Amino acid sequence: MKTTFKVVAGLALSAIAAVSQAQIKPSVIYDMGGKFDRSFNQASYSGAEAFRKETGIKYTDFEITNEGQREQVMLRFAQRGFSPIVVAGFQQAPIVEKVAKQFPKTHFVLIDAVVDLPNVRSVVFKEQEGSFLVGALAAMKTEHDAVGFIGGMDIPLIRKFGCGYEQGAKYISKDINVLQNMTGTTPSAWNDPTKGGELARAQFDKGVDIIYAAAGGTGVGVYQAAVDAGKLAIGVDSNQNYLHPGKMLTSMVKRVDVAVKSAFEDEMKGKFTPGLQVVGLKENGVDWALDEFNRPLLSEEDIAKVQDIRAKIVAGDIKVHNWEDTKSCEY
Amino acid sequence: MSPILAESPRWVRIGLVPALQLALALVISSLVVLIIGEDPVQAFAIMIRGATNLEFGGFHSTLYYTTNFIFTGLAVALAFHAGLFNIGGEGQAYVAGLGIAIVCLLFDSTLSVWLMAPLVILASAAFGAIWGVIPGYLQAKRGSHIVVTTIMFNFIAMALMSYALVVHISPLGGNSTDSRYWNSDAVFPKWNEMMPDAPFSLLNPTLILALVCCWLVWLLVWRTRLGYAIRTVGSNPHAATYAGINASRTIIITMAISGALAGMMAVNEVYGAQGRLILNFTSGFGFMGIAVALMGRNHPFGVVLASLLFGALYQGGTELQFEISSINPQMVLVIQGLVVFFTGALDRLVRGPVEGAFLRYQLAKAKKAEAADAAVAGGN
Repeated sequence: MKTTFKVVAGLALSAIAAVSQAQIKPSVIYDMGGKFDRSFNQASYSGAEAFRKETGIKYTDFEITNEGQREQVMLRFAQRGFSPIVVAGFQQAPIVEKVAKQFPKTHFVLIDAVVDLPNVRSVVFKEQEGSFLVGALAAMKTEHDAVGFIGGMDIPLIRKFGCGYEQGAKYISKDINVLQNMTGTTPSAWNDPTKGGELARAQFDKGVDIIYAAAGGTGVGVYQAAVDAGKLAIGVDSNQNYLHPGKMLTSMVKRVDVAVKSAFEDEMKGKFTPGLQVVGLKENGVDWALDEFNRPLLSEEDIAKVQDIRAKIVAGDIKVHNWEDTKSCEY
Repeated sequence: MSPILAESPRWVRIGLVPALQLALALVISSLVVLIIGEDPVQAFAIMIRGATNLEFGGFHSTLYYTTNFIFTGLAVALAFHAGLFNIGGEGQAYVAGLGIAIVCLLFDSTLSVWLMAPLVILASAAFGAIWGVIPGYLQAKRGSHIVVTTIMFNFIAMALMSYALVVHISPLGGNSTDSRYWNSDAVFPKWNEMMPDAPFSLLNPTLILALVCCWLVWLLVWRTRLGYAIRTVGSNPHAATYAGINASRTIIITMAISGALAGMMAVNEVYGAQGRLILNFTSGFGFMGIAVALMGRNHPFGVVLASLLFGALYQGGTELQFEISSINPQMVLVIQGLVVFFTGALDRLVRGPVEGAFLRYQLAKAKKAEAADAAVAGGN
């Protein structure tokens, strides 16, 4: 009797194990700002959603609202056997480092920051390369030899965007005037369209006719100001060309969604690899957006020229300086 | 004849009324939960279990949040006694974090926790006090309204801290806007590090400091000359001046203490829980202190109870979000907001009728007794 029970129990357990092997338990932890921020977090969300629609495998997610939650939530996810745990946002890195050490068998995917552990995959983007491209395009299209950049919160990540943009613009014309403004120094700078609009108008008054906004929700105000003034704007993170067709020169897209989706897929196929993934133009991690909404703004030559620069960056002929390497934009 | 009370009994004021307010908030929240298609009974069960559970550290986390709320609640409550509306707790705590960071960055490799802890507490209190005393001075000497100046100082604090973190404190490279971790020998151990069986939580000995501060505030307000001055200035600054109390000096001192109290919240976050300085670590706890003080009727003991409630709401809310995926942080915020709304903003909605009813009841009882007395007297 006892042995039968053992056999049955064993069978049941192995069945459960088999099921759990096929069915992974992926999860996403968004950073503050929430999953519908139309920007970074939302890109993670849409990657996870795309995976769910394709495979039918459900995922669990959590939106962080205060610092105290980070460690607690990550631990709970790990304790409940979720893997991979995709963690979006550089501010979560120190916590990933702590928790990943305690759960060596759980896979973590950290986006936008680096943690060097055998069970963590870190995905960082070469935003400077994508920004270089859109900066070059802006310099090609400006009529007043002046282009603008509006950043969100003044942090290294955003200076990296601005620095790449400046290099791109100066690559096209050495003496071009690149105006740069940051919206603020607090997290509210990510969501202040009014101030974004003000800064954009101020830059337009100084002769700028194309503005690149790397400012999350603040960008919406920048784009609107560009539309009102009859100027052009450049979107960021997601392809935002559709927001104002004919007024958006292009968008610098950062494929966070692809990073999330491929992390889930790798886990499903049992091919999860830890380590650092630095994705730039070459890996299609960042790019410029060309679609039916901005094509009328661009000539064949423009497109060819941008593609040429793109190819040069991919081939390594153009080296784009990363602000973070020296904490300055001297190159 | 029994005396006619000007106020309803104590248990009504500090027990029954808040309980009714809470119940009302929960009823309205239930409706909201129903609207999004979840079972409110289940949702509140998860919240309560999440806030009180001992196995995975729910109760411990509640106490960790409570620690923050006690400090910021006390800061607001003390200022209220002097008639000052200090809404700068957020900035005062934030700047205090800088004080802690400076002490930790300088000494964390040389000093032990026994020497570090007092230094850190002093530094946080001092930095918080400086951030509180400037608006206090402007109010007392220049007549700049404290509400305006303290809220402006929140913004200055944020700008200052972002600058300090990004340019000076965060280690070179990466996108980090945090400081490095302090040396683990120099920081408060967490509860689960002291108790091997305890589950993980951010609870740390700062809670004891918070409770000591409660007692000290009680002593200060009701047992010292300064406390008397504070309360007198709060009731009527002109009368206080007439009575020989230096009102502007009292205002400045009150704001210094209030700022120091708010500042010590940073001990819990920067020194205890996180062990490093984080951008925006205050996460609105400073502002929630206003609701805590309102609900706690500006009494230290009331502040502790209100802090426990808000701590439970925060922790229960996290758990709720974790367990029911259709409940997002905004929903949790709505529930917390309703509690604040009914206990703070709409205080009189419940308080007026309930206390009025008690007064009428007592009045009637007193009259009856009087009539009986008269009848007895008439009988003679």
